[in-house]
Amino acid sequence: MAKRRLVVVGNGMAGVRAVEEVLQRGGGELFDITIFGDEPYGNYNRIMLSSVLSGEQDAAEIFLNPIDWYRENGIALHAGSPVTKIDRAAKIVVSESGVREAYDKLLIATGSRPLVPPIVGVSGQGGRLKRGVFGFRSYDDCNAILARAKQSARAVVIGGGLLGLEAARGLLAHLSDVHLVHSGKHLMHMQLDAMSGAMLEASMRSLGAQIHLEKQTARILGDEEVSGVAFKDGSTLDCDLIVLATGIRPNSEIGLRAGLSVERAIVVDDQMRSVDDADVYAIGECAQHRGRVYGLVAPLWEQGKVFADHFTQRDLGAAYHGSKLATKLKVTGIELASMGTPEHEIGDELIQLAEPKRGVYKKLIVRDSRLVGAILLGDISKAAYLMQAFAHDAPLPEERLSMLFDLGAPSQKITLDEMPAETQICNCNGVTKSTLGACVSAGHRSAKAAMDATRAGKGCGACKTLVAEVVLYFCGGEVEEDPSVHYYVPGVTMTKPQLIAAVRERGLKSVSAVFASLADGVEDAASKPALASLLATVWNGDYEDERDAHFINDRVHANIQKDGTFSVVPQMPGGVCTPQELKRIAEVAEKYAVPLVKLTGGQRVDLVGVPKDQLPAVWRDLGMPAGSAWAKAYRTCKSCIGSDYCRVGLGDSMGFASKIEARLRGLEAPAKLKLATAGCPRNCSEALIKDVGFVAIGDDKWEIYIGGAGGSRVRKGDLLATVDGEEKALALAGRFLQYYRENAKWRERTYDFVERVGLERIRAVVVEDSDRVGAALDAALEAAIAAAYDPWTEAQAPKTVNQFASTLPAEA
Amino acid sequence: MSRLLLIGDIEQIPKAEARNVRVDGLEVAVYRTRSDEVFATQAHCPHAGGPLADGLLGEGKVICPLHERAFDLRTGRNLTDDCGDLRVYPVKLAADGKITIELSGEGVAGTGSPL
Repeated sequence: MAKRRLVVVGNGMAGVRAVEEVLQRGGGELFDITIFGDEPYGNYNRIMLSSVLSGEQDAAEIFLNPIDWYRENGIALHAGSPVTKIDRAAKIVVSESGVREAYDKLLIATGSRPLVPPIVGVSGQGGRLKRGVFGFRSYDDCNAILARAKQSARAVVIGGGLLGLEAARGLLAHLSDVHLVHSGKHLMHMQLDAMSGAMLEASMRSLGAQIHLEKQTARILGDEEVSGVAFKDGSTLDCDLIVLATGIRPNSEIGLRAGLSVERAIVVDDQMRSVDDADVYAIGECAQHRGRVYGLVAPLWEQGKVFADHFTQRDLGAAYHGSKLATKLKVTGIELASMGTPEHEIGDELIQLAEPKRGVYKKLIVRDSRLVGAILLGDISKAAYLMQAFAHDAPLPEERLSMLFDLGAPSQKITLDEMPAETQICNCNGVTKSTLGACVSAGHRSAKAAMDATRAGKGCGACKTLVAEVVLYFCGGEVEEDPSVHYYVPGVTMTKPQLIAAVRERGLKSVSAVFASLADGVEDAASKPALASLLATVWNGDYEDERDAHFINDRVHANIQKDGTFSVVPQMPGGVCTPQELKRIAEVAEKYAVPLVKLTGGQRVDLVGVPKDQLPAVWRDLGMPAGSAWAKAYRTCKSCIGSDYCRVGLGDSMGFASKIEARLRGLEAPAKLKLATAGCPRNCSEALIKDVGFVAIGDDKWEIYIGGAGGSRVRKGDLLATVDGEEKALALAGRFLQYYRENAKWRERTYDFVERVGLERIRAVVVEDSDRVGAALDAALEAAIAAAYDPWTEAQAPKTVNQFASTLPAEA
Repeated sequence: MSRLLLIGDIEQIPKAEARNVRVDGLEVAVYRTRSDEVFATQAHCPHAGGPLADGLLGEGKVICPLHERAFDLRTGRNLTDDCGDLRVYPVKLAADGKITIELSGEGVAGTGSPL
């Protein structure tokens, strides 16, 4: 079958990126691709022109696709050959140089050109810009400005937006006398508020630029060549070089001539097709989507993907819904990032820091718990994180200040740019910044894909946020969202609520039944333990507990060690035991020659190094219930001495711990649960850094803290409520635990859960019963507690054949 | 020179689990899938000696319990691209449930580090 023909009008960043996306989807096999470009070059990175102007980058460095690339990919390139006509009836484009090319599908990506404001004297002969006046848009513009700057004494940049600032900075590398003229009250008034605008102005001045605000340009002086500018307030400024940075104008005339709907630009639908012709697509600055025309690079990347998905029919449901705009200023010596709205409204949360002396300004605007605007000046170390949160409407940490600073951890003084390549990002798996960079280059362009490929973030998980930031950095801000991050397990394409609903509805009562019903029978090994946990939560005791679905620890009820032996921890509520129990533990340790007896952090005794086949005998001889020290379940409740003996104790922490353990032991959960009770706020039992911590404050009152952590990261628990009496404290904590069991992701500890869901939301559901689910949560917890059992009884009644066999002898 | 040795009955291994079998001085992990296919590999993970018979099984692969290295049971290939491959042994399941393994020459453990 003959290949179909794709013709692309426009050889800029949008057009070529779109073609790259098409090639990535195998479109090279299906289509003959032809690209027309105005400029006689391959494709270059237009946004780096300001670095070329400033001399920081060589012109050759900014080329993205050299001429060879087109040849290697079988693409016909007509560079320097602008298309003048599109005949939609005949499906042919014609270029200025007379090239005619037929198409089946057409992509218009003609971009934009500088907006020339209607100023008297701006044009010279033939309607072109007066000699000495330049736009700053193309490679040729850049070279012309550089040539002119060599013979100029003073340059004026008109326009104090992003591009104007970058142009002024670039010119300062060649001229000492550079003036920036801006009509607004402060610089970058679309992105900054007055205070950050003023601080930016000070920074620009310190780099050597003269700044003129609220100046309207009335006339450009000079007959043949520019000699100065006159302003509406009557003042004038002599100069011999002017750069216009007053905005852009879409190159959409080609669409108008072809009879397409054009308003501010070519009007497209959510598939980036012209609303008039399903065979004509338009993306980038020449396209108008839902009334908006974008002038930044990120939206055209998103548009290019939607185009490619739809065009190659890889995903006919692909749709572009508009972009949220974030930007960084590329001016050496000034760190500036901004996103969303610069001004807050009544009712918004405002997190703001201003240190004019250090040149640091940070402002975050939070509306309905979502980031809607941010300005970072002087320190953009959190920019990658914030841009991601902004773009994806991500939930924000309760501790809002942690969005501006790294609290409780060594401050991230260096930006990702400055971070040495060999810096280790993931300490557990030894993954460095450069490894992640190589991984992104190899095409793993989402945090999840990079983590899967490198194992970064798969140890303790504390570095996941940083890994995501580094991946974002290497992706140039354009990170792909992998929908699978929302799946409960990789092997079933559903979120946890969807999965629970399906399991209930279809009555799925074993892990293999879930795979058979919801994953075409494909039994993904890594998904099994999470599904087993979910079934336990949904059905309590009433399901088929297929042991192969469990991690080895849950098959033999002990914790596997690095040498393949196991550790045995009997129950010891609140760290309290009788002398007889202690003796028995000692006797067992001697009898089985246990290599190590160790006190755990949870106030228990650990017998380490027991071979699998000895486990049943050890349990029988101990005669104590299991401590669940291996399991994703309630594990232990630490306590201090409490009011029975302690001279400052305010509550019976020891007795309460014992009651808590009696109630919750064996309770399965998405991740381990470590609890503690403290008899007074001195917190000797570390109740403030536990999944749930109870602190006695006197008068039989208990504070309940949730989401504390003292592991790979340290986090003080959040105060959920203060209640009267142990009974109420345990009831409320139980309700929280059930809410967590039902809603947390697999292996999501309470501290991540609390941050993800938000303390306010948890308090509303658990304490105030806002969703009227309190009684249901309490009932579900009762059922789970009723179903909990001591698995060490399997010493007498093994659940599977050869359950505890280390090695089977071969049959003779 | 290869030898066929009887190593036991499939009912000695629970479905979708594995057990270690000592045969002729050699420790081998023997796997039974849910559909009663049988595989055999070296017993210990090449990465850190983890007991593969204690791993998670699914779709023709095993995941080591210690550090989550994954291997293809048919070929022994390391699927997570982070350590060496496994030695695999041909095994046969007879109609009466008996499993035989084919050993070729080796009398001592293969490439795995000993426990």
